Amino acid sequence: MSDGAARDQITGRGIPLPGNDIDTDRIIPARFLKAVTFEGLGEHAFEDARKQDAEHPFNQKVYEGGSVLVTGLNFGCGSSREHAPESLKRWGVRAIIGGSFAEIFFGNCVALGIPCLTASMDDVLWLQRAIGRDPGQPVVVDVKNRQVRCGDRTIAVEIGDGPHHQLVSGSWNATRVLLDAGSAIEETARRLPYTRGF
Amino acid sequence: MAQTLLDKVWEAHTVRTLPSGQTQLFIGLHLIHEVTTPQAFPMLKELALPVRMPDRTFATLDHIIPTTSHARPYADPLAEEMAAHLTRNTKDFGLPLFDVDSGRQGIVHVIGPELGLSQPGMTIACGDSHTATHGAVGAIAFGIGTSQVRDVLATQCLAMAKPRLRQVRVDGTLPAGVYAKDVILTIIRQLGVKGGVGHAYEYAGPVIDRMSMEERLTVCNMSIEGGARFGYVNPDHTTFEYLRGRPYAPSGAAFDRAVAWWTSMATDPAARFDDVARIDGSAIAPVVTWGINPGQSVPVDGRIPNPDSAPEDERATYREGLAFMGFEAGQPIAGTRIDVAFVGSCTNSRISDLRVAADVARRGKVAPGVRALVVPGSQAVAKMAEAEGLHEVFRAAGFEWRKAGCSMCLGMNDDKLRGREVCASSSNRNFIGRQGSPHGRTLLMSPAMVAAAAIAGAVSDVREMVR
Repeated sequence: MSDGAARDQITGRGIPLPGNDIDTDRIIPARFLKAVTFEGLGEHAFEDARKQDAEHPFNQKVYEGGSVLVTGLNFGCGSSREHAPESLKRWGVRAIIGGSFAEIFFGNCVALGIPCLTASMDDVLWLQRAIGRDPGQPVVVDVKNRQVRCGDRTIAVEIGDGPHHQLVSGSWNATRVLLDAGSAIEETARRLPYTRGF
Repeated sequence: MAQTLLDKVWEAHTVRTLPSGQTQLFIGLHLIHEVTTPQAFPMLKELALPVRMPDRTFATLDHIIPTTSHARPYADPLAEEMAAHLTRNTKDFGLPLFDVDSGRQGIVHVIGPELGLSQPGMTIACGDSHTATHGAVGAIAFGIGTSQVRDVLATQCLAMAKPRLRQVRVDGTLPAGVYAKDVILTIIRQLGVKGGVGHAYEYAGPVIDRMSMEERLTVCNMSIEGGARFGYVNPDHTTFEYLRGRPYAPSGAAFDRAVAWWTSMATDPAARFDDVARIDGSAIAPVVTWGINPGQSVPVDGRIPNPDSAPEDERATYREGLAFMGFEAGQPIAGTRIDVAFVGSCTNSRISDLRVAADVARRGKVAPGVRALVVPGSQAVAKMAEAEGLHEVFRAAGFEWRKAGCSMCLGMNDDKLRGREVCASSSNRNFIGRQGSPHGRTLLMSPAMVAAAAIAGAVSDVREMVR
């Protein structure tokens, strides 16, 4: 269960992951979903992609221990499997910067307290090159101020106001917030004719 | 003021506005299966919470279930463990489970509409990205992850932002041999695999209006492949006649009252959309994918495109697709040899899909060296097909007739591609590794086209067979 800590700033080394439309089957192949817990998923992140490409960033020693993933457009498209962000989280990813994100993946990341921030593709490509040149340098993900700093440059990133509020206030685990509505939930249900058999 | 179905459903299900500005949205129907829920129930136990409204959640087994035999225990101990967890969790929390002995088991997106659980004007959530399928009956239905499954179990609500709304109008008349699958694959090619991000799609226009409910289910099913988490068709006479008499649909005088409410939830004629996209249905040909995402497709009489002709931000993915598939730009897609043919999945495993595939199967035999399987979407579909003798038609042609489940759509049971096999598939995703082999290659197409490919041993134009 998540701790609900604020995710206003995350600092770590970067992992550049080039390419667009990287789907959740690629992040975690379906055979690893055959389990009743999320344990052990970290070691299988991008398993087939890593086997097919020795140069895959997740195979490179220089990016080991990185926690800020920097990727292209439509990252996380496909299946709703929360196993995908879980495997990345268990690999050590704490924040993702991308050209854009698939919606269900984005929501699953919020629910795990992993900010997904959108940057222009020019800035994404710059950040990927900067990390490639100096993998040891810190990338500062300032969620609160919607900025990412690397070396002497700061880029603007975007995230919707709702998830921004959830992450920065530490309310990204929605269950408690939803429970606060109390009997308003049942009142809403009673107003809907289908809950009363019409 | 004129409103859309999305506006009306959203408003009716709003519990309150959250401090984050998001909507606390009441969920009318929650569907669950064995893959995305085993972690959610322990979270609930940890919070010491019951299921808030146990009569609004329904469970089935579909993703990992073997299709050769449904008998327990399953040969695969991991699959058996997942099934056992679902059985125990639904029992512990008092939730109905459509297990095999109920006669109602099947793919979650097939049984929801089939049982009349999915109804117009509802919000429907399920831990599966193809949940927009249920939008075909006029619901706002969407896929969620495991943490959100926990939220629905605990509160019957989700924290959601209302999407923008795009109307996708399909005009004209579909030519013979062109099916709902070809319509949605064409929409995805034209609007892009990320075109729908942040949007709901309202499918409309004469082609959609004339579609049967099962065809509409196929269209809405693949909304997510176009990036749209939500997709729906306004409820109409076709919807009401489809729902009449189904086990969980209202009956008698209640049905008439329901029709009045359902009708009132449809988009008003003067309602405005954020934008409108138009597709010429008369110009659609049978579609086949050639690449590694569902937008990489061509008409069956077309050629695989050159990456240089693609929009700039897609060229790299085009090259990646060609390299993975082992295809050359400019090569005709027709004539591509196949090793496996799969009719099934939440996209295309309903009775009308099987009838169309059987009509093609009657015209020949599965080509030597091709493995062909037909996997009905539910026990009810299987029963109907068997009553019509379709299983005998398939078997006589050399197809295997299997039991209901997700099967080779995602290869979580024994139904997997091997090595670099090429599969003509009626499923929804051609992602790398999707069908169970890291090197397996998927060509998405309609069930009729799959059957035609099975018989020819290669991609072929079903219009020439049904002409």
